[in-house]
Amino acid sequence: MNEQDEILEKQIGGEYKYGWSSDIEMDTAPKGLSEEIVRFISKKKNEPEWLLEFRLKAYRNWLKMEEPKHWAHLDYPKIDFQNIIYYAAPKARKELKSLDEVDPELLRTFEKLGISLEEQKRLSGVESRIAVDAVIDSVSVKTTFKETLAEKGIIFCSFSDAVQEHPELIKRYMGSVVPSNDNYYAALNSAVFSDGSFCYIPKGVRCPMELSTYFRINAIGTGQFERTLIVADEGAYVSYLEGCTAPMRDENQLHAAIVEIVAHAKAEVKYSTVQNWYPGDVNGKGGIYNFVTKRGICFGDDAKISWTQVETGSAITWKYPSVILKGNNSVGEFYSVAVTNNMQQADTGTKMIHIGRNTRSTIVSKGISAGKSNNSYRGLVRIMKGAAGARNHSQCDSLLMGDRCGAHTFPYIEIKDKSAIVEHEATTSKIGEDQLFYCNQRGISTEKAIGLIVNGYCKEVLNQLPMEFAVEAQKLLAVSLEGSVG
Amino acid sequence: MLSIKNLKAGIEGKEILKGIDLEIGAGEVHAIMGPNGSGKSTLSSVLAGRTDYEVTEGEVLFNGKNLLELNPEERAREGLFLAFQYPVEIPGVSTINFLKTAIAEIREYRGLPALEAKDFLKLVKEKQALVELKGSLVNRAVNEGFSGGEKKRNEVFQMAMLEPALAILDETDSGLDIDALKIVANGVNKLRSPKRSFVVITHYQRLLDYIVPDFVHVLYEGRIVKSGGKELAMELEKKGYGELA
Repeated sequence: MNEQDEILEKQIGGEYKYGWSSDIEMDTAPKGLSEEIVRFISKKKNEPEWLLEFRLKAYRNWLKMEEPKHWAHLDYPKIDFQNIIYYAAPKARKELKSLDEVDPELLRTFEKLGISLEEQKRLSGVESRIAVDAVIDSVSVKTTFKETLAEKGIIFCSFSDAVQEHPELIKRYMGSVVPSNDNYYAALNSAVFSDGSFCYIPKGVRCPMELSTYFRINAIGTGQFERTLIVADEGAYVSYLEGCTAPMRDENQLHAAIVEIVAHAKAEVKYSTVQNWYPGDVNGKGGIYNFVTKRGICFGDDAKISWTQVETGSAITWKYPSVILKGNNSVGEFYSVAVTNNMQQADTGTKMIHIGRNTRSTIVSKGISAGKSNNSYRGLVRIMKGAAGARNHSQCDSLLMGDRCGAHTFPYIEIKDKSAIVEHEATTSKIGEDQLFYCNQRGISTEKAIGLIVNGYCKEVLNQLPMEFAVEAQKLLAVSLEGSVG
Repeated sequence: MLSIKNLKAGIEGKEILKGIDLEIGAGEVHAIMGPNGSGKSTLSSVLAGRTDYEVTEGEVLFNGKNLLELNPEERAREGLFLAFQYPVEIPGVSTINFLKTAIAEIREYRGLPALEAKDFLKLVKEKQALVELKGSLVNRAVNEGFSGGEKKRNEVFQMAMLEPALAILDETDSGLDIDALKIVANGVNKLRSPKRSFVVITHYQRLLDYIVPDFVHVLYEGRIVKSGGKELAMELEKKGYGELA
């Protein structure tokens, strides 16, 4: 390691500023997973019989399934599924009519996180608001702007509320994109899912504000299994944001979520994530295991689904937001920046399945590895027979910082239609010492220089994020790379 | 402005600078000429603060401050600028954004208020015209896809924007044709002022026809073996380094 590396190493690693935890009265289930626990969860949420059956069926399937371990480029100790609490909710969550009824500690939590639970104008004179569904551990504590949205026929509420208030929609769409036996963690989620957001945009309606869910893991020893379902009816449009943080703990916590998106003909759904789960400390102790199944289906013709993600947290990230391009002329997009530092590991990417005619998909993946981390892109572009005129363009770039990290690319391309055009480009680069010195010589500190260069590298992806998120994402990138090597 | 006393430095255990003494006053232009391997690059690298070079002896005072104690960005913020011989490319970072960040850091260091966006843009337009840098280049990523001449002109543009007290030009003429050379020299000349000093490092006398120095020093095998006025450059051209040393 040369002198410059040593100097950088000595600098204090970026502090995870969300590492504190809140002292909230919680209602928790006993540890472990069994049919009793599944029933316990369903009863706590006052769910109808059909939903309990859905859970039980998933649980029984899960018991027969095997944890997938051999193919992912990840290395982690076996998870003891009996050593997790599968239900934890802030106590006394009843019909909360106003913010006054919310536990003040909860409000303080979200204030500290900078999440506005007040419905207010953000920019003066401009109606720029973001509706927020705030979820702590397994429960949604507040959803803002519900009434304003309801005026347009838009439903935006917690998943649990949707089960009670719009069961026909849940019944119709839940599990239609990610069946409960899709994979090991999807089955687990389908059995014990806690809460999440539900969103329905009626025909022809353009949602007037960004919808977002903010996930916060707080209780110790719990797993978070949230479930989000977004349905855009014909010609509808919605932009949805997901943010996540968790306290700093020594033991790993499991986050196995499912996100399903259904876009009907001519509808468009934009789903953006800025993920900042606790990544574990410098030696890899603690941190969230982020095992997520996210999938969207362009069900009707001319539909469009875009996934944009900035992943900087988690000890282990394992997710492949995908799009099934069923409708003719449908479009799927995946823009991703995945950062790994210290001992983090990521095996992430996307799947674009082309089924209809003249479908298009775009993949832009920017991996950044630093420290001793491992960052893998795994992508699938599958062109089915009959998907005439399919087009795909993939760009997978890896940026290595230092010489002890790894970047890997596993692209899978399966083409079964002669008229398809698939392009794949990949680059690997390093932040050179010469580049850093050049910046230094102009008066720019090494930390700022790395920030500049990394932001330039990720520009294409960051430009896809809604403005507020883009600013947060830039700051987050800088913080997550603090102390990394050039 | 700059006072170098008995500077000895090397790399990987090999001593390259064997005791440099040099005094540079404000407003002066000093040329340093020498053959390959004489230590020209080492000198500019050591002054800029590259850590792969090791200073074994000597002292360098920059406006009374101990330069060798400062890290590269501090030296820059104190007013030292190095126009690189081989300017590096920085993809994804526009020159404008790059300079905005640099100026912000420098001003903060000096306790000056941040430059407002409109004033910054005014400065950019002004300096672009001064050094004849094409408009489009400023919005592109730093040096990415630039020709040799454009890279060197970009160095002079950055120099104009950062307004250093001491500018070291490390073989700015290398790789340039005569027209490009004239444009670069023109830009440098426009930046000459009684408060600014230049160290012009070069092989060839030709650059010094355009950037006329006040003093010329001959660097040979790690030592300054002869110093004189601008005529010394002509003499060197005629006789070669071997004879003079």
